[in-house]
Amino acid sequence: MESSTCFHCGDLSDSSTIFFDDKSFCCQGCKTVYEIFSENDLTCYYDLQSAPGTTPKDIQGKYDFLSQQNIIDKLVEFDDGKSQIATLYIPIIHCSSCIWILENLNKLNSHISSSQVDFGKKTVRLQYNSQNYSLKEAVILLSSIGYDPYISLEDFSTGKNQVNRSLIYKLGIAGFAFGNVMFLSFPEYFEVKEFWLDQYKPFFRWLMFAFSLPVVLYSSQDYYISAYKGLRARVLNIDVPIALGIIVLFLRSTFDIIFDHGSGFFDSLTGLLFFLLLGKFFQQRTYSFLSFERDYKSYFPIAITKISKNGEEHPIQVYDIKKGDRLLIRNEELIPVDGVLIKGRAKIDYSFVTGESDALSKVSGDKLFAGGKQTSGSIEMEALKSVEQSYLTQLWGNDVFNKVKEDSFTTLTNLISKRFTIIVLSIAFISTAFWLFVDSSKALNVFTSVLIIACPCAIALAAPFTLGNILRIFGKHKFYLKNATVIEQLAAIDTIIFDKTGTITSNKQSTATYEGDALSLSEEVLLKNTLRGSNHPLSRTLYDLLEENDIIMLDQFEEHVGQGIQGMHQQDSIKIGSANFVGKPSETAVLNTSVHISSNDAYKGKYTFYNSYRKGLSQLFNKLKKNYDLAILSGDNEGEIENLKKLLPARTKLLFNQKPDDKLEYIKHHQSEGAKVLMIGDGLNDAGALAQSNVGIALSENVNVFSPACDAILDAEKFNSLSDFINLSKSAIKIVKWAFVLSFMYNVVGVSFAVTGRLEPVVAAILMPLSSISIVVFTTIATNVTARKLK
Amino acid sequence: MSVIYLLLSLSILVAVIFFVAFIFAVKNGQYDDSYTPSVRMLFEDELVKEKPITIKKSKLTNQE
Repeated sequence: MESSTCFHCGDLSDSSTIFFDDKSFCCQGCKTVYEIFSENDLTCYYDLQSAPGTTPKDIQGKYDFLSQQNIIDKLVEFDDGKSQIATLYIPIIHCSSCIWILENLNKLNSHISSSQVDFGKKTVRLQYNSQNYSLKEAVILLSSIGYDPYISLEDFSTGKNQVNRSLIYKLGIAGFAFGNVMFLSFPEYFEVKEFWLDQYKPFFRWLMFAFSLPVVLYSSQDYYISAYKGLRARVLNIDVPIALGIIVLFLRSTFDIIFDHGSGFFDSLTGLLFFLLLGKFFQQRTYSFLSFERDYKSYFPIAITKISKNGEEHPIQVYDIKKGDRLLIRNEELIPVDGVLIKGRAKIDYSFVTGESDALSKVSGDKLFAGGKQTSGSIEMEALKSVEQSYLTQLWGNDVFNKVKEDSFTTLTNLISKRFTIIVLSIAFISTAFWLFVDSSKALNVFTSVLIIACPCAIALAAPFTLGNILRIFGKHKFYLKNATVIEQLAAIDTIIFDKTGTITSNKQSTATYEGDALSLSEEVLLKNTLRGSNHPLSRTLYDLLEENDIIMLDQFEEHVGQGIQGMHQQDSIKIGSANFVGKPSETAVLNTSVHISSNDAYKGKYTFYNSYRKGLSQLFNKLKKNYDLAILSGDNEGEIENLKKLLPARTKLLFNQKPDDKLEYIKHHQSEGAKVLMIGDGLNDAGALAQSNVGIALSENVNVFSPACDAILDAEKFNSLSDFINLSKSAIKIVKWAFVLSFMYNVVGVSFAVTGRLEPVVAAILMPLSSISIVVFTTIATNVTARKLK
Repeated sequence: MSVIYLLLSLSILVAVIFFVAFIFAVKNGQYDDSYTPSVRMLFEDELVKEKPITIKKSKLTNQE
């Protein structure tokens, strides 16, 4: 009956399993959460999904800053003195149980009147009685049940953002008008000379006119604006012929019904807008739970504890930190500014910044850089700089972060539309000139007909539907793109640059080799058991790498900070640590991290650590080398150079000791030579390079946690599919081109009607939807067929 | 004869009512989150069920 998995969080629990209420728990934290839930009749939580929970973290003092009024004001979106509403981002939300428990918070505390989860955005919106309850208490309640809200500096500076729903309104209006106009224009399609129909013709027509007004005035706004912007920048983008088409359609139709020439083209007009907006809506699919615009603000805490001169601790806003302030950094807190360590044992995890997972030990007097996370106990530090001037955050002062990449990129559609617009306009003028000589009464008719029928609805739809569908397919394969333009840019790539640590190496494992005299069995047992007691990252890694051994009780165990560990069992003693510590004369500069071992004061040998590279790395590089220039930029030293040379194709460029700025400059340099660069990185130190490159992909072990600003986020387990993704992007561009060819054929047919002056509203009403729908069908089928290659 | 005016205005009135309903739905944020409501609507039953503590307890032990 009892498995050893935790009833609450599903983790495998080892010897320290706690039994409570016939269930096993991996730790006290999980048990406490279960107790809270069972006391409040909320055990339904465990019925919806098995083991849905997460272990609550130690939160002692973590949310003290929420008692500050100016911070509360920024976070609360509604406050009438009696109740407050606040939306909190909780990254851990992952299943239906989460929704259920978070929406039943009022059972845990009656002061919370309602709570609503948005699963896509991973947020919960709380309404609570602010007279008896505070935001801080609510946040602590959430943390105590394992739902830690994530409150970052970004919440402070962005404030409340309004959702933009205008596209849905526009689409709704266009759809509404389209349906009604179709229904009203149907009688005239058949042109039966029926008495009553003739009687009511004007009435029907003016009704259609009324319906199309909001479409022309409101729904098509974006096209006018974009066309105007394009013309001002002297670019003939696709929206120019569309806007022209819409205006001509509307004016011609209005004239037609005023002078009783015919029923006008209101049906085509509203249908055109409906399909165009539908395409836009389809392409606008973004992943609301991912953010592609992150800078350091989303990593940094909103407040930190300051120690004043008389030793009092009080929370202070990160922006208010001044040079010389003494700060208290608790366990698991982020260092917000550059500074000097004053007190305590620092073990700083810079994985946010560099992608390097091993924590670095620092002693007092050492410099600490902003962005590191303290991982063992509390430390005190003195600030040397303010937030904006810190080493890491300065990177964001670079111009790259203020540029919008899409603006400088000409999409395929706009490239085509330039020629297209010129051709259409010349056809319109030539045929008008022709008719002026032959039959001048028809000239204006022909001119407008050409512009109407050539309105590039199908061309405008080809790219949104193809790329939108590819975006969805990529998403299914855990490759999340910021928008559809990225696909076009990805297809144009000719240079690929990888970051090393965390990108081509795996964060999870590293390997170590042993050099020196072989260890005896008893020595191995002692080694393993000594490592057991240490929490140093290298000890943990080595411990995991060594084979399982018997567990023995050490007679003596000592840890010397910054040097090594020492263990004793019966007569044997062992020392593990730096060369000096084990009594080996320090050797010539070694680049790799190594751990030395001596047994009974005799030097034995050392374990040297190597990065372990992602599986399939060589194959991927060999696949890519045929078509792309490859390079690796690493912030580390050259310790791995031999290893990398063996693994990778000979032409791969390897650059080491690259600072964040260097990476950015390297890419800039290549771009100035005409290269289209794809950058793949993971840490904040790659942020500049990711922004500068044509396409920046952030590799992430867990897409729900943070990754730097980028164009795309790739799940690390899909790293090997990278070449397939690029190939699929190329196929997508081919599909778009074929769709263009298809829509040109429709245009040729339509224009042949128009130039001969025989364009009837019914022809337009058939041709326009037919071309649009066939483009949509063609692109959807073609992309799905092509995507089958993707495993 | 004038019945067509009546019919038409009625039909348009119905269409406009639905259109206004749509606008209000969007305004109230019903189109903002298209996933959570689909899960939320399945919870109601469980809420009622878990009220009597004894039943819930026995149910949980049966499960294991």
